[in-house]
Amino acid sequence: MGVELRKEHHTEENEYTTAGSRSSMERVAVIDAAMTQFGQRDGWIRELLAEAGQACLDTAGVSPDAIEHLYVSNMASGELEGQTGVSNALAHDLGAVPAYTARIDQTSSSGGAGVYAAWQSIASGASELTLLVGGEKMTHRTTAEATDVIASLTHPVEYKHGITLPSFAGLTARLYLETYDAPREALGKVAVKNHRNGVDNPHAQFRKEVSLETVLESPIVADPLRLYDFCPITDGSAALLFCPESLAERYTDTYAIVSGIGGATDTHVVHERGDPTTMGGVVDSSDDAYEMAEITSDDIDVAELHDMFTILEFLQLEDLGFFEKGAGWKAADEGITARDGALPINTSGGLKSKGHPLGASGIAQVYEIYQQVTNNAGPRQVEAKTGLACNVGGFGNCVTTTILENAQ
Amino acid sequence: MTDENTADSNTSTGTNTAEEENQSELTAVRYADGSLGYPAHTLGSDGNPPVDTIDLREYTAEIITWTKATATPPGVREPNTLAIVEFEIDDESVRAIGQVTTTEITIGDRVEPVYVSELRDPTAGIREPDSQAWDGYRFKPIK
Repeated sequence: MGVELRKEHHTEENEYTTAGSRSSMERVAVIDAAMTQFGQRDGWIRELLAEAGQACLDTAGVSPDAIEHLYVSNMASGELEGQTGVSNALAHDLGAVPAYTARIDQTSSSGGAGVYAAWQSIASGASELTLLVGGEKMTHRTTAEATDVIASLTHPVEYKHGITLPSFAGLTARLYLETYDAPREALGKVAVKNHRNGVDNPHAQFRKEVSLETVLESPIVADPLRLYDFCPITDGSAALLFCPESLAERYTDTYAIVSGIGGATDTHVVHERGDPTTMGGVVDSSDDAYEMAEITSDDIDVAELHDMFTILEFLQLEDLGFFEKGAGWKAADEGITARDGALPINTSGGLKSKGHPLGASGIAQVYEIYQQVTNNAGPRQVEAKTGLACNVGGFGNCVTTTILENAQ
Repeated sequence: MTDENTADSNTSTGTNTAEEENQSELTAVRYADGSLGYPAHTLGSDGNPPVDTIDLREYTAEIITWTKATATPPGVREPNTLAIVEFEIDDESVRAIGQVTTTEITIGDRVEPVYVSELRDPTAGIREPDSQAWDGYRFKPIK
């Protein structure tokens, strides 16, 4: 019952003039990355954003008044904390005034959408130095309250039934297991793997291994999914610094190139999708990203996937083209996605272990890929020249896929 | 297994009441290309508005998948059994999502919609109570 990595991705036959035109734009470099400790933090949203933003500028040796564009990825600071206007607040707190600034909200994929906005700002020539900071302050809310804030993204016909993102995951997991005859244990092995990876991540919320038995005996949250199938509620922030490739060596010898990026949506109403086990936004955004980078899924050495729920790792493994539909569950089962496997997935520990501060998560995914392709991931390092980050908003409603390549 | 929280739910299984007649909660739409949708959107995937409506209360459906959520948000029953169901209408299918009256269900079961005057407490969650309707239909297995 072996599973093989796919050698060809479905994007090859498609025609994407937008991707083609994007590949001819100014190439964009990531010249620095930073992130705060994820977990339960004392600071509020302004302080968390400033912590990551300042760290990114400090390590890059960049003066804040050099920033031309400043983007802040954040889903719900107004709803969770009563603090709006966070992008202007950060510009002032970092001394970046009069930089152009905007808040990027795309629910759980706000971070990925921020990467897209930052990439656009450089690729278009509108900015020569763009700072992206994403963050969320959540742990002061109860789990029920935070879950409701996130569930507010749903359609009224969903919300009134008490639908939550975890319940979408339960619905999808049951259908996936039944359709593809996958064992419940396969989901548990994703949690075990990602917790194991998180042990070596000093920024991770949980740095402890869990056993398969612990996962499978944890309390039911959305049948058949249990507590350890879900990511935690998290505070934290992450930042990236972008400039044109032609200017990158002014700042550093160690940088990565955004060789591919794509963003896409799927239906707002989840039950309207033809196949609930396929995330169209993942398929479409990765098609664009692969085409722009002129590569296929076979060229990816390492990936950070949006494992807000364990089932999402299976769906993305398939919808990104790494495995045939219905075969993604075998990857964790057979060790292919382990850190020492053929396709390491979530070397950071993923959202599952590292934590999921909504607006920060997509940026923290790219942070990990940046560390991997620039050979700075320490004990988490794998052999990687090209890495991919897939950031999912809602239950696949909005997706950004980003590909980074080693500049050398 | 018995119905969950039926004591405070105005469920009905027979003919529609006058109150139900005023409901449009379970109304699917048909687009010009013949496809069905629920809920209605301003424009369909063909770029045009719907051309017809269909009252799904007159039909039964099949459970595509289900879950029992035990960690529910404010104002929502606990546990909350939910299902995605599929209606077959004139060789076209349309899906809906909603609460289920029982936990004794499985994929493939047939269900019918039953009216509930309040699916969750509108004052307990984050959403503005006046911004949407809170009544609707649960799905009850057909024996």
